[in-house]
Amino acid sequence: MYRYAIALILLLASPAMAQFRVEVTGVGMTQMPIVVAPFKGESTSPQKLSSIVQADLERSGQFKGLDASAVSIDELSQPDWSSWRQRHADALVGGSATRLADGRFDIRARLWDVVRGQEKGEFRDTVPAADLRQAAHRLADWVYLQLTGTPGAFATRIAYVTKSAGRYTLWIADSDGEGAQAALSSPEPIISPKWSPHGTQLAYVSFESRKPVVYVHEVVSGRRRVMANFRGSNSAPAWSADGRSLVATLSRDGGSQLFRIDLAGGEARRLTTSAGIDTEPAFTADGSAIYFVSDRGGSPQIYRMPAQGGPAERVTFNGSYNISPALSPDGRWLAYISRTSGQFRLHLMDLASGHTTAISDTVADERPSFSPNSRLIVYATVVQGREALMTTTLDGRIKARLAGQGGDIREPSWSPAKP
Amino acid sequence: MHKSPFLMALLVSILAGCSSGVKLNDVPVEDKSNASVSAIGAGQNNASQGGVANVVAEQAGKGVGPAGVSHVVYFDYDSFVIRAEARPVIESHARFLQANKQRKAMLEGHTDERGGREYNLALGQKRAEAVQRALVLLGVTETQIEAVSYGKEKPAAQGADEASYAKNRRVELRY
Repeated sequence: MYRYAIALILLLASPAMAQFRVEVTGVGMTQMPIVVAPFKGESTSPQKLSSIVQADLERSGQFKGLDASAVSIDELSQPDWSSWRQRHADALVGGSATRLADGRFDIRARLWDVVRGQEKGEFRDTVPAADLRQAAHRLADWVYLQLTGTPGAFATRIAYVTKSAGRYTLWIADSDGEGAQAALSSPEPIISPKWSPHGTQLAYVSFESRKPVVYVHEVVSGRRRVMANFRGSNSAPAWSADGRSLVATLSRDGGSQLFRIDLAGGEARRLTTSAGIDTEPAFTADGSAIYFVSDRGGSPQIYRMPAQGGPAERVTFNGSYNISPALSPDGRWLAYISRTSGQFRLHLMDLASGHTTAISDTVADERPSFSPNSRLIVYATVVQGREALMTTTLDGRIKARLAGQGGDIREPSWSPAKP
Repeated sequence: MHKSPFLMALLVSILAGCSSGVKLNDVPVEDKSNASVSAIGAGQNNASQGGVANVVAEQAGKGVGPAGVSHVVYFDYDSFVIRAEARPVIESHARFLQANKQRKAMLEGHTDERGGREYNLALGQKRAEAVQRALVLLGVTETQIEAVSYGKEKPAAQGADEASYAKNRRVELRY
C-alpha cells in the first residue's frame, strides 16, 4: 500500500520537480554540471530512475543537475558533444530500463565525459521491480565514484523514528528518505537507533515496557533481544567497531554512567565513574576510543576516553552545552550539537586542528549521523514547526530535506556502506 | 510479618482502593465512579490533578497511590533540588509506601523539550533519583521504588513557553 502511494506521488511529480528540496547557501563552491537524461523505458517503469540518480548526485553537493527533460538518449546513443558543451554539461548519463519476461528490470547506463568527449564506462544491473530504487542508488554511487574517485553512499539506508497520532514508528528508508519500511511500531517512545557495523541490526531504546530499555533488532527477521533492562534507565546504545558489544548508559548503580555489554552475554562492565552524567557514547571508527557527553565539569561537554575506560580528556571547550557526538568513518571529523544563546546548532570539529564551525542556521538541531563515505551528515531539526530530517555537506553549503513519512520525523541513523 | 500473603494483599487493596496487581474477584471495592465518596481510592480522579493525572493513570493501567495527594513533583529549570512545597507530597507518598510494603512505585523523571533526547533522559533520571533519595531518607524501602526517566519524550504540556516547560520539568509517581 505504501509503495503504491509513493509510486503515485512520483507519477504526479513533474520531471523538473525533485523529491526533495535542495538548499544551496554560500558562494564559490565548485559543482560539476551533469545531465542525467530520462532513461529509455522509465516512463513505464515503477520508478523514475534518472530523477533518483540526479537527486542523489545533487544532494551530495558536488553536482549540479542540468535540465534534460526533453533529451532522448540511452546507453547506445552517440552523444553530440558540441551540443552538450553548449549546455555547459561536463558529464552525461544516459540509459534504459527494460522489463524482462520474468518481471525483473534490466538497467543499463553509460557515463560520458563531455569535456574530453569520451565514454567513462557502463553500468548494468538486473533487479525486481521492488528494488528499482536501490538499483538507481547503486547507479548514482557508480557515477559518483567515476567522477569524484570517492565511493558514493547513496545505496545505503537511514533509520529514523516518526511520531504520529500518538504512535511511534521506527522506519528504515533509502538514503533519500524514500521507500520507508516500518521496523517497529509502539504506543511508547522509541529513541536512539544505531546501526550495527555490518548494517544488519539496529540497537535502540524503546519505552514499551514503560521504562527505557535497550534492544537489539535484526532488521531482516524482526527478531529482537533485550540487551539492557537493568533497574533504572537503560539508554544511548553505541556499537563497538566489531559489532560484538554495546556501550550504553545505565542508571543501575545510580546516576547515568557508561557500561559495556557483550552481545554474547556476561556481566555489564562499568567504564566510567563520575559523580554526574556520562552518556551518548560514540566509538571512533578504529574502535580504540569512545567519545561521550559528561557534565563532570559542571556543564555538558564532549570527552574522549580509551574504549576500555580510563582517563577522559575534554574535547569541546566553546559554549556551555555540547552534546550528541558523532564521528566520521574516516576519522577526521566530530559532528555535535552546540547550544548558543538558547539555539541548538549542528557543529563540526576538524579533529586534527580542533577548529570548529557551525554548519546549520536552524535552532533545534539534534543527533547528527555521518554517511559511510564521511561526505554528508544527516540530522534532525525543526523546519516550519515540524520535526524534519536534513542532510548537509560538511561545509554546510548544500542541504536537503529528506522525504519521508508525515508527522514528526526524528532520530536518524545512517547505515554503513554495505548491508 | 505473620499475615498470609492473601490477607496482606487484601489489606493493601482495600487501603489503596483499587489494585490491579492482585486479582480479587470477591472483594467489593467500588471506588471507580465519581459518585463514590470513599475517602480512600478516589485520588486518581481528584479534580485538583486534572486531566494529566488521569491520563497517566489510564496509561499505567496499575494501582493508585495515596488518595488526595499529588502524584507529581515539579522542578525548577536545570534543577534537581526538591522544592519546599513538594515536601508534603513526598512525605505522603513515603507514609503510603511504608504502610503498604508490597506496593511499588515507579518514579518517572521528565524534562522540558529543550536540548538533546539522551541528555534530557539523563537529566530526568537525576530528578527521579532526587525523589528516590528523599523517599529513602523518609524510611521507604529501596526495593519498593525505581527511578527511571522519560527525558523529554512525554511532556505534560505541549506548549513551547515557560509555563509549559514548568509543567514538564517533573517527576511522576506511578503505582
